[in-house]
Amino acid sequence: MKQKPQKPMSDKSIERLLYLISPIGLLAVWQLLLMAGFGDRRFIPAPSDIAVRFAQMIGSGELALHTAVTLWRIAAGYVIGAVPAVAVGLLMAMFRPVRLFFDPLIAALFPIPKVALMPLLLLAFGFGDASKIALVAIAVFFPVIVNTYVGAANIDKIYWDVAKNYGASQTVMFTRIVFFGALPMIFAGLRIALAVSFIVLVAAEFVATKAGIGYLIWNSWELLQVDVMFVGIVTIGILGLISSALFQEIERKVIPWKGE
Amino acid sequence: MVGQRRGAAIEIAGLRKQYGRDAGAVVALADIDLSIAPGEFVCIVGPSGCGKSTLLRILAGLDRQTGGSIKVAAEGWAVENAMVFQESGLFPWMNVEANVRFGLMTRGVPAAEAAARVEAALKLVGLTKFRHHYPHQLSGGMRQRSAIARAFVTDPAMLLMDEPFAALDAQNRVILQAELVRLWEETRKTVIYVTHSIEEALSLGDRTVVMTAQPGRIKQIIDVPFPHPRNLMTLSASPEFGKLKLDIWRVLEDEVNRARAEAEK
Repeated sequence: MKQKPQKPMSDKSIERLLYLISPIGLLAVWQLLLMAGFGDRRFIPAPSDIAVRFAQMIGSGELALHTAVTLWRIAAGYVIGAVPAVAVGLLMAMFRPVRLFFDPLIAALFPIPKVALMPLLLLAFGFGDASKIALVAIAVFFPVIVNTYVGAANIDKIYWDVAKNYGASQTVMFTRIVFFGALPMIFAGLRIALAVSFIVLVAAEFVATKAGIGYLIWNSWELLQVDVMFVGIVTIGILGLISSALFQEIERKVIPWKGE
Repeated sequence: MVGQRRGAAIEIAGLRKQYGRDAGAVVALADIDLSIAPGEFVCIVGPSGCGKSTLLRILAGLDRQTGGSIKVAAEGWAVENAMVFQESGLFPWMNVEANVRFGLMTRGVPAAEAAARVEAALKLVGLTKFRHHYPHQLSGGMRQRSAIARAFVTDPAMLLMDEPFAALDAQNRVILQAELVRLWEETRKTVIYVTHSIEEALSLGDRTVVMTAQPGRIKQIIDVPFPHPRNLMTLSASPEFGKLKLDIWRVLEDEVNRARAEAEK
């Protein structure tokens, strides 16, 4: 950062303010229009109505329950999908036969909308958490494996040469060179996977479950509790925001060489 | 790590490297015969594309020759060779210390011994204070110092250097050259140093091998008569140095022109 003369309001705080204007402005217009009598507040709740309901549901513990269920499914599915994806992606970059084996599978399965697998997974894993976790795992697997492979395959040739010249075994190559060399791309994949896992899980929770944010949203549609629906949507937004911020922090810790 | 024994003797005979086959074949190296004495510092100069880097890569075990033989007498050395690459090749995800330790870690050197050797190597190149820095936090000169430490710490019988200072500015280059000469005078490893700079070859080496382009052959081997220890600054200002430089330039000039004419055909 270059040193700049101190002004009454620095460029940065103006930027931060601009950043907040559009969402706050949108909420204000929404609220004012409803208060002025445009629209039916039973079907379109005002932001204040949603906030009240939000507080209520936090107080009753209902929101915490649904959130916990959703987060558990995401966390479990994420780990189950991401860990093998990283391992296989690295092996694909290191060994040609592994790549030849997995390439057609990925090419064929990646474009399938993963939500389309839900009925199959219900058949295989039943109506409990397992089917949702499996769906998240499958959805996470593909963006992570593709990013890992691309990251590992594009490691600068000089690092392979150095490692070879300095006596690296296959194991060292795998754990010290290929893994770390691919790490920035692995993280890019993990980030995409995080968004994807929220998308598929909420859709999956619309059916065949009695808990989770997706269930909350769908159930309140059936009961026409539009304010609860919005609470669910806002909760997903907040979870996404928090997890993405957390992710950024982890990335900064784990990839210190990525530069400032 | 400073031993009185000298580095490996190297015997290269009839070495050939060719890419592709038959009509489309490109001969990168042909008829390379070169004997290098234990502890000798040999510089290889030549126009770009003369295969000098290929020769080094074959010596490093990163490429395989099409024909001919290389014998390295490295009995009793745990590590036959270590290479210093043009753009350091430090792993960006390891700090200086981990980079320097790399060649010891891969060879299973016990932790305590490795730590002591890394310590000594860092001290040797003056990077003790920067041991926890990552490569992107270092200047180009410090990066090359780390790369040199990484090579020296493995105590190799021969040191292979591929234009290690080419990317540095002139001042840093001179400083690092002087440090390298000092390190070599202390350790007497066999060094094969590839460069495109005649001046660098004359400042550093005992002999200068001049190569021709396409196919890469040895055109001439010149004994560099300057005794060690050397002071690079006064050396490069001496009339003998200037004369030798001119001699080699005349040899090289033919080659550069020939290569250019070839390219324009």
